[in-house]
Amino acid sequence: MLIKSSGTGFIHPVSSEITSRALYEGRRDVLRLMAGGVAGAALASWAARDALAQAAPFQRPGKLAVLTAGKSAVAGAMTMEKVTDYKDASTYNNFYEFGTDKSDPARNAHTLKTTPWTVEVEGLVKKPAKYALEELLKLSAQEERIYRLRCVEGWSMVIPWVGYSLSELIKRVEPLGNARYVEFVTQADPKTMPFVGSSVLDWPYVEGLRLDEAMHPLTLLSFGMYGEVLPNQSGAPVRLVVPWKYGFKSGKSLVKIRFVEKEPRTAWNKAAAQEYGFYSNVNPNVDHPRWSQATERRIGEDGLFAKKRKTLMFNGYEAQVGQLYAGMDLKKNF
Amino acid sequence: MLASRLLLHPAAKRALFVAALCPFIWMLYGALTHQLGANPAEYLIRATGDWTLRFLCLVLAVTPLRVLSGTPVLARFRRMLGLFVYFYAVLHLLSYSGFDMAFDVADIARDIVKRPFILVGFSAFLLLTPLAATSFNRAIRVLGAARWQLLHKAVYAIAALAILHFFWMRAGKNNFAEVAVYAIILGALLGWRLIRFMKKKGAFPASLGLL
Repeated sequence: MLIKSSGTGFIHPVSSEITSRALYEGRRDVLRLMAGGVAGAALASWAARDALAQAAPFQRPGKLAVLTAGKSAVAGAMTMEKVTDYKDASTYNNFYEFGTDKSDPARNAHTLKTTPWTVEVEGLVKKPAKYALEELLKLSAQEERIYRLRCVEGWSMVIPWVGYSLSELIKRVEPLGNARYVEFVTQADPKTMPFVGSSVLDWPYVEGLRLDEAMHPLTLLSFGMYGEVLPNQSGAPVRLVVPWKYGFKSGKSLVKIRFVEKEPRTAWNKAAAQEYGFYSNVNPNVDHPRWSQATERRIGEDGLFAKKRKTLMFNGYEAQVGQLYAGMDLKKNF
Repeated sequence: MLASRLLLHPAAKRALFVAALCPFIWMLYGALTHQLGANPAEYLIRATGDWTLRFLCLVLAVTPLRVLSGTPVLARFRRMLGLFVYFYAVLHLLSYSGFDMAFDVADIARDIVKRPFILVGFSAFLLLTPLAATSFNRAIRVLGAARWQLLHKAVYAIAALAILHFFWMRAGKNNFAEVAVYAIILGALLGWRLIRFMKKKGAFPASLGLL
């Protein structure tokens, strides 16, 4: 795929990321050299591949078990933006079961027990099932997906996840005709999660999607990041990633996936309905009641005095998911 | 008394000055050596706010401590602590204006109107400014002690606004534990003054004199 458009998830890079002029002007020399070589034909076709994909976008941190994954063919699944440092992505987290400060989860989440782990799929489905984590891992081919992550608080990252489309699982359990929403229930074990029971939220943390949102190929059931299994603070051993919605919609450490008829009452919606709607799509035109959502700070990239970058509609995934909301008043259904 | 002699030592003020600058030096050092975590801007905005509140508690604790412990010399540190409240408040405002708003005055003006907690914080800063500006001896002489004291009573309103600012900021996460700690400290310091004032006025019957 040579030509990148917003349809394939291409957001124009900043000037510093564009290939330097000298390198660019030398590209024909390189090609000529290759074409003249013994393995010329093979090398030339290799060279024609996506130039930006040549350099690995990130390095495996070497901290946890490797989780190998193939490239994803899902449209929009591979942003070419600079990947956030693993250190930032794994130490700056919102996971209130381990404390409300963003440095708390990395400090406290070591107590989370991720084996054995099961995920129950229940409710309005033909084939309810209880999946052991090992079965879930093998249910479909693991793919690498590099997504933008936009937090409702006004910061963002770029994370290389490992997982597969949630739709793979949904197809297997065969939702019934009256299943219209999917509810995601996350782990709430006061013995291993010190802040479960604090008055901040109702426990367990529950999130939800409309069935068509859950079926969208970008909606990811994720088991890893940066080529390794998920660190506990990022929602090990299995979590959801919905890249066009604010981060809190992507539940961590899932234990139940329930198919229901009515819109689920979600954790933040219960805590502050006027601030956190059910949809919570990233939308620069609908402000949070207490702050603007028009801009964001990219963690680890934008310097202290850099102007914050503009937030994109549906976090830049409008081409892929815009049609899910055709005709909907997004100001009302925020 | 040894404690009083130590507090009267010329170096005592200098020591306090250096101690009060330590948080600022740490922030500066942390920012330059990238030790402030993934979001240094957020860290600096919050840390400068925290230290403003802490110095506000400290400066308001001087008089109760002085009276309750019978250590009149404590009074000589009050002005410096008060000016450090303003110092950290200025840093807090600068961090917010610079890191969050890129010093865009129009954006800041819009934000003050849009977000009540910013308005409250900004009002507290405005109220604090004349107090810092009249902290030197000549200002007291020019204003006259009575008027100067009346003006500086504004610190109570500032404390209330500061707590409201912090409360509103934390309301999003329903996370009020820290807010409560500061509210209790400032409440106790103001309550102590209120009770003393009432007692002086004779509003309390003698049987309540123990208060």
